[in-house]
Amino acid sequence: MGFFDILQSVIGPAVFFSAPLIFTAIGGVFSERSGVVNIGLEGLMVMGAFVGIVFNLTFHDMLGDWTPWISILVAMIVSSIFSIIHAIASVTFRADQVVSGVAINFLALGLGLFLTKQWYDKGQTDMVERPFYTMDIPILSDIPFIGPLFFTGMYLTSYLAILLAFVGWFVLYKTPFGLRLRSVGEHPMAADTNGINVARTRYIAVMISGAMGGLGGSVFALTIALNFSHSTIVGQGFISLAAVIFGKWHPLGAMGAALFFGFAQSLSIVSSGIPLLQDVPQVFLMIAPYLLTILALAGVIGRAEAPKAIGTPYVKGSR
Amino acid sequence: MFTNRLVNILIPVISVILGLLFGAFIMLGFGYNPINGYLALWEGAFGDSYFFGETLRQVTPYILSGLAVAFAFRTGLFNIGVEGQVIMGWLASVWVGLAVDAPMIIHLPLAVIAAGVAGAAWGFLPGLLKAKLGVHEVIVTIMLNYVALYTSNAIVRNVITDGRDRTERIPETASLSSEWISSLTQYSRLHYGLLIALFAAAVMWFMLNKTTRGFELRAVGFNQDASRYAGMNVGRNIILSMVISGAFAGLAGAMEGIGTFGYQSVKGGFTNIGFDGIAVALLGANAAIGVILAAILFGTLKVGALNMPTGAGVPSELVDIVIAMIIFFVASSYMIRWFILKMKKEGK
Repeated sequence: MGFFDILQSVIGPAVFFSAPLIFTAIGGVFSERSGVVNIGLEGLMVMGAFVGIVFNLTFHDMLGDWTPWISILVAMIVSSIFSIIHAIASVTFRADQVVSGVAINFLALGLGLFLTKQWYDKGQTDMVERPFYTMDIPILSDIPFIGPLFFTGMYLTSYLAILLAFVGWFVLYKTPFGLRLRSVGEHPMAADTNGINVARTRYIAVMISGAMGGLGGSVFALTIALNFSHSTIVGQGFISLAAVIFGKWHPLGAMGAALFFGFAQSLSIVSSGIPLLQDVPQVFLMIAPYLLTILALAGVIGRAEAPKAIGTPYVKGSR
Repeated sequence: MFTNRLVNILIPVISVILGLLFGAFIMLGFGYNPINGYLALWEGAFGDSYFFGETLRQVTPYILSGLAVAFAFRTGLFNIGVEGQVIMGWLASVWVGLAVDAPMIIHLPLAVIAAGVAGAAWGFLPGLLKAKLGVHEVIVTIMLNYVALYTSNAIVRNVITDGRDRTERIPETASLSSEWISSLTQYSRLHYGLLIALFAAAVMWFMLNKTTRGFELRAVGFNQDASRYAGMNVGRNIILSMVISGAFAGLAGAMEGIGTFGYQSVKGGFTNIGFDGIAVALLGANAAIGVILAAILFGTLKVGALNMPTGAGVPSELVDIVIAMIIFFVASSYMIRWFILKMKKEGK
């Protein structure tokens, strides 16, 4: 097996595994940059996966080829609404944000499975009829070398993920809204003094994370899992959270980290065909993303500095 | 009329009531009779001595994982890694159970201690990173959960067995279960672990409230700077707290490993004992007695839920929603506190 073949066999799965992580991680960046810890990313992905699958199963007769796209849109909206619970708890009720996130994770899984039993009378849904399919991008896939690597047998959602990472960067760093959002996460009192509505900004940020988590979950469900059960989303949300931190709370950094984690995950799947790697026990490849995150946090790979006001509810008038 | 102490007791009680009400509304919304639903749950938890035994069996690991979360909380640490520590404790207890050949009086304590040590070791790393480098323990422990899951799976598959998905059953000499106690409850899987769990709760209470070390641990939880100024070694207390918390979690794993199941298997996902422990600790207000009560509640809900599909046609997952809402209400206690305060003012 030549080097080129190895690249080709690794890049495809890597990008395809990382797309859901990228979406969710960008959402995480928004929420955490506004000062709201979001351990609930996992639950938001569960909600997205559930809604995406159920919508797809229910409406594929009516919507035809557009089904998966509309499914992920609906999943975004529902997850965004669902995430308001987290916002209410952590912004308005000043709850411990980590605990509220844990509640979100429990609630999403409980609701999803309850409704699955209710509507399908079994532990998991049927397989969807219209998932996303891989495709070759016209013209671009004909470019020698680059074409087969990056434009053949890819999901359109993977490109969307990378595109949205840049959009996220632009919004966060080049628009007044982004500046306000970041200032709320660094120093809410100063932001408040300057007339920025801290509570509203944080609500919006959490809802963006809900939408992106829902997008990530539904894309995962409609490209990889293809049905919904208790084991559809197992830890992808937490890996995304790791990507947020590994990427130092920056949308592009989070994208890079998510790509890396996707790469690591795909390695444990395709490693059997790759010389050198096939001798490495799979378990090391599987735990690599988590250990790397811990190393990153410990400052081995550059110190990761969290937003200053993260995790603390803002009480007007307090110092 | 509303003292602080009373408010602290009222909050979990109100949260449980609100959570159960929420569950009732969901049942109503989907056309079930909530009274039948909760009756089926009650029946499934206490209906006969078998169910009662199973409920107590479920309560056992919950007490320990609840204590684990609560202990760390008291030192101002949030140990989400209880789940991973449970898995490592489970693995260690079964491993010692299989690898060692000794009479029960040595074998059983050895397996239990091994579980505690494994959990403690898994809690040591996040404690160390927090104490020495200021790394937030929440993220580290979440990551270590996955490391524990995959590592345990790999060890079961490649080290303990030859590529099988499950280890052998542990011999009787390392088992917490007993013919006698199980026959009392129509052969439920109840085992002696419950005594260990209750003893652990007593240990936690004594340690935190009656020893100098416990005072230091709590002081660090209240105010690190003040503790440092008073001459306490904050870092050492943080590490110690995580180690003890991990040990409790490891014991919770032993309850499953050498108590309920008697083997360790390759797991597709988490056991949820550790995550449920968070709910138990929160509801129990991080006190030993509170944890026991909350563990009884959640154990009852979890085991009783299994009877809901047959008893009332309600999917058992309803209980997960109820538990999530209880956590949510406890976490949002600010709202309940505010409401009680308002009533207090109007009452005057």
